[in-house]
Amino acid sequence: MTTLTDTSLTALQLLTQLDPVLWSIVGRSLWVSVLATVIACGLGLLLGAWLGVARFVGRDALLTVLNTLLALPSVVVGLLVYLLLSRTGPLGYLGWLFSLKAMVLAQAVLVLPVVTALTRQCVEDAERNHGEQLQSLGAKPWLRSILLAWDERYALLTVLIAAFGRAISEVGAVMVVGGNIEGFTRVMTTAIALETSKGDLPLALALGLVLMTVVLLLNVLISALRRWRQRMDGADPVQGVLA
Amino acid sequence: MSDVLNLCDVSVQFDKHLALRGVNLQMQAGERVALVGANGCGKSTLLRVAHGLLKVSAGQVSVASDVRQAMVFQRPHMLRTSVLRFVAWGLWLQGASWREAHVRAMQALERVNLQGVAERTARTLSGGQQQRLALARAWALKPNFVLLDEPTSSLDPHAKRDVERLLADWVAAEETSLLFSSHNLGQVKRLATRVVYLESGRVLADLPVDQFFNQPLGESHPEAHLFLKGELG
Repeated sequence: MTTLTDTSLTALQLLTQLDPVLWSIVGRSLWVSVLATVIACGLGLLLGAWLGVARFVGRDALLTVLNTLLALPSVVVGLLVYLLLSRTGPLGYLGWLFSLKAMVLAQAVLVLPVVTALTRQCVEDAERNHGEQLQSLGAKPWLRSILLAWDERYALLTVLIAAFGRAISEVGAVMVVGGNIEGFTRVMTTAIALETSKGDLPLALALGLVLMTVVLLLNVLISALRRWRQRMDGADPVQGVLA
Repeated sequence: MSDVLNLCDVSVQFDKHLALRGVNLQMQAGERVALVGANGCGKSTLLRVAHGLLKVSAGQVSVASDVRQAMVFQRPHMLRTSVLRFVAWGLWLQGASWREAHVRAMQALERVNLQGVAERTARTLSGGQQQRLALARAWALKPNFVLLDEPTSSLDPHAKRDVERLLADWVAAEETSLLFSSHNLGQVKRLATRVVYLESGRVLADLPVDQFFNQPLGESHPEAHLFLKGELG
């Protein structure tokens, strides 16, 4: 108990004294995860919206693969990205291995299936309920998917939270492709793992507190935004049924 | 007069359920046809087939080339946008420029007396206002063939009356063909020139409105007779 209390107090001191090592790790973590989330959301929202509306041969198989990718272990993603970026890999010429770019790529790959699958489900539900009303106005599948995704934009904010949460909290992929190099590719999760193994618990705990606070703040912000906009836009209407 | 719609021996199957079975229906320009029958008899399916939203499993559907269709749904989905943009979106999707769409959308809103709430969010309107808004969007498209799926079933009596008046004015002023489903027999009497009675996906009666309501149907159309007496559906 005394160890926990001492560790917590030291962790709080590090936070309040604006320890430069700690805050540089926090800044690097946020930069990598925000960029990876933005990239994954840019692609995943479009792809998911299209999959929610489009019907084609092989769609069911593609969705099965997509849903399987949701459970993809982050170390496996790290390994695949490592193989891609290694000197002999197809993207080796980029020279990204053990850099922040490699970490962004790995996190984006990890998060992309999450964004795509959740967006697909959200847009598919919307399409089932009122897609025919847009179809009735002449909206083709691609335009319909964009309109339905836009119409469900507040529900899709939850996807953004899930994506960012997955990105910032993962450790395996960034450890493999980033190398956890001090002052260069060390982020919150890899630092927590390392400092814990070294026995520097205060720094690990301080980073853990920051990590949880960042995710909590983001959740609070987006939930407030959703509630505010839904109040402005009115409640969701009751859905119609076929007679 | 020319046919605006011709359904020939049309069947629609959902998995193992036959929603329409060998339906034949011809509509001429200016006709106002009511589809009546119990829940699940195929009214909505028939409307969606006529509007091109559903593919048929068998039979043929032909729509005259000069027909401009618009459909009003039972519970119109309100996009998360303003009332004015809700109508303008419909016009833009049909090829109007964004500027032209706004002008025509405002005209449509004036027609249904919603110009005062043009900047409000569509989802905050009452049920009656939302249905009037859906009518405005349909009207803005300047269709000559309108399909309506139980347009007043979810409305209170006042809103129902308002929507029905708008519909009556519309078809009277512009000779629009109308194909609508309804459980409200009073509304059918007021709006329709012809009644099609459906039962389990089949057309059991297809009669002029006077004949459907005033002539004894007991022998020729026993199911429709029971429906009219309120003993069915």
